[in-house]
Amino acid sequence: MVGTTVSETLQPGGDVLVAPPTEVAAARSAAMDEEFDRLESVISVRGLDFFYGKEQALFKNDLEIKKNRVTAIIGPSGCGKSTHIRTYNRIYELYRDHKATGEIMVGGKNILAPGTDLLDLRRRMGMIFQKPSPFPMTVYDNVAYGLRQHYKLSRSELSDRVEDALKRSALWDEVKHKLGEPGIALSGGQQQRLCIARCIATEPDVVLMDEPASAIDPVATAKIEELMNDLKAKYTIVIVTHNMQQAARVSDYTAFFYEGFIVEVGPTTQIFSNPQQKQTEDYITGRFS
Amino acid sequence: MAQARAADDGGAGVSAPATSQNGVGAPSPSRLAALRPRSHRRRKAVDAAIRGFSWVAACAGIAIMVLIVWEVIRRGIGAIDWGFFTELPPVVGEEGGGLGNAILGTIVITAVAALIALPMGFFGGVWLAEFGRNGRVATAVRMVANVNMGIPSIVVGVFIFAALVRPLQHYSGFAGSLALAFIMLPVMARTTEDILNLVPNELRESGLAMGVPRWRVTLGVVIRAARSGLITGAVLATVRVAGETAPLLFTALSSPYWLDGLFGPEGFFGGPTANLTKTVYDFSGMPYERMQELAWGGALVVIAAVLGLNVLMRLIFQRGKEW
Repeated sequence: MVGTTVSETLQPGGDVLVAPPTEVAAARSAAMDEEFDRLESVISVRGLDFFYGKEQALFKNDLEIKKNRVTAIIGPSGCGKSTHIRTYNRIYELYRDHKATGEIMVGGKNILAPGTDLLDLRRRMGMIFQKPSPFPMTVYDNVAYGLRQHYKLSRSELSDRVEDALKRSALWDEVKHKLGEPGIALSGGQQQRLCIARCIATEPDVVLMDEPASAIDPVATAKIEELMNDLKAKYTIVIVTHNMQQAARVSDYTAFFYEGFIVEVGPTTQIFSNPQQKQTEDYITGRFS
Repeated sequence: MAQARAADDGGAGVSAPATSQNGVGAPSPSRLAALRPRSHRRRKAVDAAIRGFSWVAACAGIAIMVLIVWEVIRRGIGAIDWGFFTELPPVVGEEGGGLGNAILGTIVITAVAALIALPMGFFGGVWLAEFGRNGRVATAVRMVANVNMGIPSIVVGVFIFAALVRPLQHYSGFAGSLALAFIMLPVMARTTEDILNLVPNELRESGLAMGVPRWRVTLGVVIRAARSGLITGAVLATVRVAGETAPLLFTALSSPYWLDGLFGPEGFFGGPTANLTKTVYDFSGMPYERMQELAWGGALVVIAAVLGLNVLMRLIFQRGKEW
């Protein structure tokens, strides 16, 4: 783990809200248990800065995303959680003045470097958004969409894979008779699981979830959380969430973000039971936001 | 920042409830006197006055339209029979005849205009919404389109007259189509852009996040999501120019004869071409009862077509909000 100097990015005279760098580094190394070091990192973020135009939103983020684990990203609104994971598939590039600098190493390559094959990167980094966003087509075509884009499959193989993805998303039983109906006709929770099916159908390495349950009801949320537990056997999951109970329930590791800085990273149990940073503790105990 | 500081302060005294520090907890007793609400009577009077005025204004607008439509139906309905759609206008002073040539002319002139302007406007609008967006070129194109929409249609007619009719030394239906296309183009482009802007960005992001190239997301997801709106926009843009008269005065002119074939002796529907609006304009000023009756009938056909398509498209659009 690279213990970067957090304070050097602070503006002179600004309020220093983040602990001194040595303390951060110490906290991190203390927080990492042996397993963390042993596990393979699918994504290694080093010195990631992010800018919305001239406004800097992320400061020197360092983070290791471990294979077949669920990493939760928590923090108050506007702290840069979503901004952070939106760099992993470079989806932020849809907007002209959004810019990321630093390193995001995936498979030995810095994906922020020019020349990265974005289509391949995005196939490997699936993403689930806050608002369920089925495409304006049938349930079947929604799931088949990415498959048709990335693979050449026979008709029967395609339908096998669509069925498999829907089963793994715990949606098959509810939609097997509605494959020809528009995806938008499903309920909100079903739509979100349809998006998960669409995403895992193309066999990504990582599933990025940007507050996947914040727009759906508790029952549907429970289903999705259950699903995440099954999915992590096959995929690496990064989930941004506002809901701390959710983070505690579903994740193995938790990163606490505050005002664009990663304040603390560690095993979820440790972050929630014995946080090393006062800010983390304040947030987790509900003292702010 | 303030919030964070409050949190820091709250953390100092560990037992202190954080909420009161944030101002969310129980309110502290105020030193101000209790507030007394203002009289409701005045507010209700103002409310009633504004409501009444809006109602009268809305009714006035609708009443004028109803009066026009009613009058046109009353005076035009008598002229409508089979011959009205199939026959040439009668010789001045005679009875019978119809506006078949003008109806056909208007349909052909408008259709050719739509064929030219709709695809161009559509792709222009897609470019503005999806690719140009807030760039310098797009901003300039958008401004030009807005200005073009505001140009009086007679000016467009005169422009085509100078650019095409004068050099070729004759009026033509095609010149009329060009004038109409000129008017439709910015309308179609801006409508397309506006409708595509209604498609939420999450849908674009979801498409791109699948590793699908931008152009495929645009075609397969974004345009698909907006398809009913786009079709409505195209039809409304077409209907809007179908009722134009001024751009045709200097271009298609008019003619007492049938359209001379799409590729007549003078080229691509070359000669002066009969059309409904110009014919209504001409016949309504003639001192012959039959001609005036035909003019009313022509006006009725134009209004019925424009109104009918508008209503139809709005019905479809209301049902078709599928994103």
